[in-house]
Amino acid sequence: MRTLRFLLRKEFRQIFRDKSIVAMIFFMPMVQLILMPLAADYEVRNINLSIVDHDKSPYSQKLISKIVASGYFRLTGYNASFKEAFGLIESDRADLILEIPHDFERNLIREDHHEKLFVAVNAINGTKASLGGSYLGSIIGDFNADIRMQLVTPPRFSQFPMIEVVASNWFNPVLNYKVFIVPGILAILVTMVGGFLSALNIVREKEIGTIEQINVTPIQKHIFILGKLIPFWVLANIVFTIGLLVARFVYGIVPVGSLLTLYAFISVYLLAVLGFGLLVSTFCDTQQQAMFIMFFFMMLFILLGGLFTSIDSMPDWAKVITRVNPVRYMIEVMRMVILKGSSFKDVLPHVGVVALMALVLNSWAVLNYKKTN
Amino acid sequence: MQDDRVIVCEKLTKRFGDFIATNEITFDVHKGEIFGFLGANGAGKTTAMRMLCGLSSPSSGKATIAGYDVYTQTEQIKKNIGYMSQKFSLYENLTVRENIEFFGGIYGLSDEQIRTKTAQLLQRLGMQNEANKLVASLPLGWKQKLSFSVAVLHEPKIVFLDEPTGGVDPVTRRQFWDMIYEAADSGITVFVTTHYMDEAEYCHRISIMVDGKMEVLDTPTNLKNSFHARSMDEVFYQLARGAKRGD
Repeated sequence: MRTLRFLLRKEFRQIFRDKSIVAMIFFMPMVQLILMPLAADYEVRNINLSIVDHDKSPYSQKLISKIVASGYFRLTGYNASFKEAFGLIESDRADLILEIPHDFERNLIREDHHEKLFVAVNAINGTKASLGGSYLGSIIGDFNADIRMQLVTPPRFSQFPMIEVVASNWFNPVLNYKVFIVPGILAILVTMVGGFLSALNIVREKEIGTIEQINVTPIQKHIFILGKLIPFWVLANIVFTIGLLVARFVYGIVPVGSLLTLYAFISVYLLAVLGFGLLVSTFCDTQQQAMFIMFFFMMLFILLGGLFTSIDSMPDWAKVITRVNPVRYMIEVMRMVILKGSSFKDVLPHVGVVALMALVLNSWAVLNYKKTN
Repeated sequence: MQDDRVIVCEKLTKRFGDFIATNEITFDVHKGEIFGFLGANGAGKTTAMRMLCGLSSPSSGKATIAGYDVYTQTEQIKKNIGYMSQKFSLYENLTVRENIEFFGGIYGLSDEQIRTKTAQLLQRLGMQNEANKLVASLPLGWKQKLSFSVAVLHEPKIVFLDEPTGGVDPVTRRQFWDMIYEAADSGITVFVTTHYMDEAEYCHRISIMVDGKMEVLDTPTNLKNSFHARSMDEVFYQLARGAKRGD
């Protein structure tokens, strides 16, 4: 234990003497949490729309202004022919083409006549295309209903029974995207900071050669690993706390659940992430190797973590992978506690899994760290 | 014979695949002795030394260091030895004082011991003014002297020095050897590798390795006589000329 004290003192001195690390620890969470949620938004806006209006009637004008007024579209072309408009798609200046046929107005007004509009979608950017297509569809549907209201005298009771769906969003009532993404980004940040710092640290000592001087001392392996684990655990907790403060004061996100639950989970979770970093570092001889390996796993963890895409819609094999992905549990717990107000009992299974990971990874790191080779 | 041997080495061998870095070396080193371990680059000196320090596991052969076995008791060995590697390996981003404190603490010295030893050490090295400077800012000669002092801080039975004076100026080298003699006088056995033949003359006994084998082992005087050489330089030349390995 005495030895541990000396190790910790040394690590903290080295960390706080390294200006770039200190800067990263404090600025990274601030910058990322302030910039990322503003830029990375799921809502699709600025869809470039080109319209080919063969009718040029008051009705077609009405439709066009309704579309533009929705705010989702940007009219980038008003073309005479479909061919011309298609040129815009080819040169990537349009995402959608709406073709309004001749006699659009006349056919609309004539009863019993179905009118067809043609929508062409540029599917290179999948999300933009499909969302854009459906936005346009619903606007046209709305327009259609408006016209019917005007032209057909509404009977006392609607002839066509309709089911209208009214949704109420629990836990994030106005579907504020930031409330959803900020805890997720914070989860990833803490993971990255902890994982990379710990992975690079021992490898750095290997590169400089100071590890030899350590290996020739009677220091116990688990004490050495603990001496590396604890400082980064503290640092990652600081990053997390800064992140929570940013979430609170910039986005007004106040955890619904208790902070104690959150920190209890984070404490165990960080042991797993740091253990993983340390394990990687015991396998690598250079920082470059460690960096690449960490990068590979971090990408997997993050993409399969359920932040950007829902785990429920992943194929079964991917779901299996997410079970051994610590980031998945972190993101879930963050959302559960911050948005839903889950109690410690609710996240207990998550804590259990992550604790098991921490145990396995750290024991493995201790075993794999060889003082004699 | 009264057993005052602190290093007993019998047919110690290290193989890396087909390459035999250290080939069946057999020798003893006695308490308080300054044992010179010579050889051209690539002769297998560092490999042998790493085995003796418990940093590397031997492929075959036997060896005990301070009575402890190199296969099974590496951690006990580590309590009883000091090691100064070829590559400077104190922490450059810690100060002189912090390095001393850290290694003292790792070897289990008490706070009181660390305090007095730090003061003594700084005084002997004449580095009182540099105590709170980062090690990175020190000139190489000072670093090496500090490194040696840290290696013997916990009063080990044996200290292993791997080319401790490489790249150091002659005056500092002289001072360095004074420190080695002081350590030997206080009962610490010194196991040292070097490329400087004048330094070899300072050793009580020297061995010369060629291509992984220990070719000769004797006092400098006896070696010069048996090779009809005037200096250790000549002895070394005659032996190392036949070497096939090198860098």
